Amino acid sequence: MNFLEWAMSPLGQRVPIHIAWFLIWVAIIAGLIFLIVHAIYVRYFVKEAEFASSPSTSETLDLPARIPRHSLAARLFHWIMAGAMFALLFTAFLPKVGVQFNWVTYHWIAGTVLTLSILFHIVHATFYLDFWSIWPDRSDFEDGRRRLQRFLGKSAPLPRKFAKYPLENKLYHGVVMLSGLVVIVTGICMMFRVRTIFFPRNPYLFSDMTWGMMYVLHGLAGVGLITLTIVHVYFAIRPEKLPITASMIVGSMSREFYLKEHDPTRWIVDNLSQHRGTADGD
Amino acid sequence: MAIIRDVMPAFQLYQPTSVADAQTLLQQHGSDALVLAGGLDSMDWLKDRIRKPKVVVDLGGIEEMKGIRETSDGVQIGAMTTLIEVAQNPVVQQKYRILTQAAELVASPQIRNQGTIGGNVSQDTRCWYYRAGWPCYRAGGNICYADTPVGRNREHAILDADRCIAVNPSDTAPALIALDAKFVVLTPKGEQAIDAEDYFIGPDLDITRMNILRPGYLLTSIRIPSTWATSEFYFEKVRDRNVWDFPLMNVASAIKSSGNTIQNIRIAVNAVAARPLRLKVVEDAVRGKPRNAATGEAAGKLAVQGAVPLQFNAYKIPLMRNLVKRAISGVQEAA
Repeated sequence: MNFLEWAMSPLGQRVPIHIAWFLIWVAIIAGLIFLIVHAIYVRYFVKEAEFASSPSTSETLDLPARIPRHSLAARLFHWIMAGAMFALLFTAFLPKVGVQFNWVTYHWIAGTVLTLSILFHIVHATFYLDFWSIWPDRSDFEDGRRRLQRFLGKSAPLPRKFAKYPLENKLYHGVVMLSGLVVIVTGICMMFRVRTIFFPRNPYLFSDMTWGMMYVLHGLAGVGLITLTIVHVYFAIRPEKLPITASMIVGSMSREFYLKEHDPTRWIVDNLSQHRGTADGD
Repeated sequence: MAIIRDVMPAFQLYQPTSVADAQTLLQQHGSDALVLAGGLDSMDWLKDRIRKPKVVVDLGGIEEMKGIRETSDGVQIGAMTTLIEVAQNPVVQQKYRILTQAAELVASPQIRNQGTIGGNVSQDTRCWYYRAGWPCYRAGGNICYADTPVGRNREHAILDADRCIAVNPSDTAPALIALDAKFVVLTPKGEQAIDAEDYFIGPDLDITRMNILRPGYLLTSIRIPSTWATSEFYFEKVRDRNVWDFPLMNVASAIKSSGNTIQNIRIAVNAVAARPLRLKVVEDAVRGKPRNAATGEAAGKLAVQGAVPLQFNAYKIPLMRNLVKRAISGVQEAA
């Protein structure tokens, strides 16, 4: 079984040209298996999540009914990125499974939208949001270890409640970021091979081997994003996660959900008086 | 140019004698099978060892796919009818002269004796990078060797290029589009009559195929309706060697006029894109206009809108402009 397609270049060099397309189905099946297994686990085996009690603070008592979670800019970015991602996945892989249409133009346009939205996100998250809130810290790993031990039936102290994002969410963000950067960087290079409005074609930018590796990386990250997208959509529509999903639409979550899952000392909702009665902040 | 490397690779040869048997074989072997009509295109692929099919299905013994017969609404030409038969058929000569002209200009007499009309419309592109077996887009790779700053692309596309810039080399295809022919294709789901212009596909839809034929599909015949019979026809082919050659470009038009006014028209060009192009915009623009040099001039300019020249094929733009002009106004008016 070959995971890559190889060809002989005019110079007699054996070079990879792209991934084997059956990997599309592998990615889809992997995503579906994950969600089936997880759904069965949650339905029949999962126990109520237990957390160490978080300290009650004066701010906790003063919380508004709606806790601001995502700013309007962050939400717009998320949905624009989601639209671009779906457009990219459909335009990339539908033709490979027999649905024929003029996909290349739509694909690079969607890729351009994704790239611009990611650039915006990097600037926005770096200078206007709490940059480190999405990166795992020592507490996340310590709590993760405790949860794993308790899951395996071993004794361990209760984990703390989550900061703004649970460890799984942070790890998912890291994997998506990595895959996204790979498809963006390789995709921009690949745009030199087709006619776009941005730069003149230059198929000699890299050697045949480098081009081949670029197509392979683009393909691997692409099929990886199929699985990641399936998993993301699955969690977005799970009943217990709906408050989080809703917060990506309305910008806020209920005080009850916040206190149930999140530690107010790790996710400090600042400027409460400004947010009271609104849902637009971060 | 492709290099003859060796004798042909080994394959299993099937010679069905009925369409039903051929269809069964093609569906049974799917993408492992190569369809052999006249063999003029296929033999190159085999002798060059670029294609190594496990199975070759030779259609030469299927009598029901040969010959031309008149129907209640035109003529039906079997896909295995040779080009010489098409060119010499009295009904085609009398009513669909444009097809006679196109068939007469295909290659050489020897090739027209062997080549079939089905093979002529279904043949692969002549792009030498592709035919040399290099891993270009059309061969499933990720590059077009012709569309590079030093690529030899004198014969390549000026319109509708999408990564691949190969062109369709058929001479009869634009004539059949001008005649509003229907291509009868047997698919696993049954028989379909497809408009001639829709039989061909460009790289935007599928970069590895030039027509709608998938593994298991079979072009059985071509139906030409009487709609455009005895219209005013024009066919012109431009090639490097007038003795025999593939087209640098060709044009075909069928015009119904009243007095000097163009009532209706169908016009198509080939060898400018990966599929023969029906020029609907031109048709719409000249309908109702006088058939003269001015109309032809305007049509020619309209036809080349959006054309993108490559390093070595800029000549194709004025060539196409003038061929379209002549196809509408006639040679004398155009001059």
